[in-house]
Amino acid sequence: MENTSKKTIVGQESLSKIFSFHRMMDEKEIMLVYCGEFSQELNKTLLSFTERKFKAENVEDNTRRKIFNVMVEVLQNISKNKVESTEDLSEVDSVFMLGINNNDYILISSNMIRNDKIPPLKSRIDQVNSLDKEGLKLLYKEVRLNASFSDVAGAGIGIIDIARKSENKLVYNFEALNNQFSLFSFLVRISK
Amino acid sequence: METIKIKATEDTPTVILDCENKIFEISGRSLPEDVVVFYQPVMKWLEELEKAPIENFELSIKLEYFNTASSKLILDILLKLEEIFLNGTPLKVKWYYLSTDSDMKEAGEEYSEIVGLPFEITQY
Repeated sequence: MENTSKKTIVGQESLSKIFSFHRMMDEKEIMLVYCGEFSQELNKTLLSFTERKFKAENVEDNTRRKIFNVMVEVLQNISKNKVESTEDLSEVDSVFMLGINNNDYILISSNMIRNDKIPPLKSRIDQVNSLDKEGLKLLYKEVRLNASFSDVAGAGIGIIDIARKSENKLVYNFEALNNQFSLFSFLVRISK
Repeated sequence: METIKIKATEDTPTVILDCENKIFEISGRSLPEDVVVFYQPVMKWLEELEKAPIENFELSIKLEYFNTASSKLILDILLKLEEIFLNGTPLKVKWYYLSTDSDMKEAGEEYSEIVGLPFEITQY
């Protein structure tokens, strides 16, 4: 068993995977990947890393700010909505990824979500995808004014803000893990 | 009234509520995970202000970034100030935005459309 795992680490196949991964990172298709447990402390680390990188690469101010804003909401969505592992399912690590695809910056997250939280989240994303700039502004103002603190996160105000900053349609997918939990994958595009 | 001075951190803003020197300011970044806890002293201070209003109170808000949870709390602060204003105490809010930051300008405009109090939007 031990031998096999050692073999895979040094095997040709693994090395070619590393090469292609290296190339993707070198060409900035992928700029940052994190997989594991999320917390506000970790969010701060990822944010300051990204900020330094963007500053060093002279990314235009407005774009940099939009990415930072969206990244805060995406990361806090993960860290705030942590689900505890249960007997029939151990906790699945969450993923955050930042990269470039064609002329867009892309932010991707994937994390576990309780199945009962899917319908409001899905309808919120569908709703923001159906609205134009002015519609999003009105919705944002309305939800912010009327949501109480206890349900401000649940009201999906973060999603509305992400849609406003992104100015692109939000892409999502729910993959059922069992009858209690699903994997929620989310992609935000910010054009350069 | 008690003076509040909170130093900025990576994810929380500078808060100065200083009656003696008449400096009232929230500036920097506001992205804490638990905004309610962070802003609790500010909300408490505003309740005191309501009981003992300060003449020509002027709050400067000069934020670089804020998360949506903070956005809700800033609205709460502004609504509290609106209440004090409508009760007859003249006051003013100054919203600062970086000249290149159109989103922050727009955020100020959106607040000014909601709350009924003197609201000045200034670039820096």
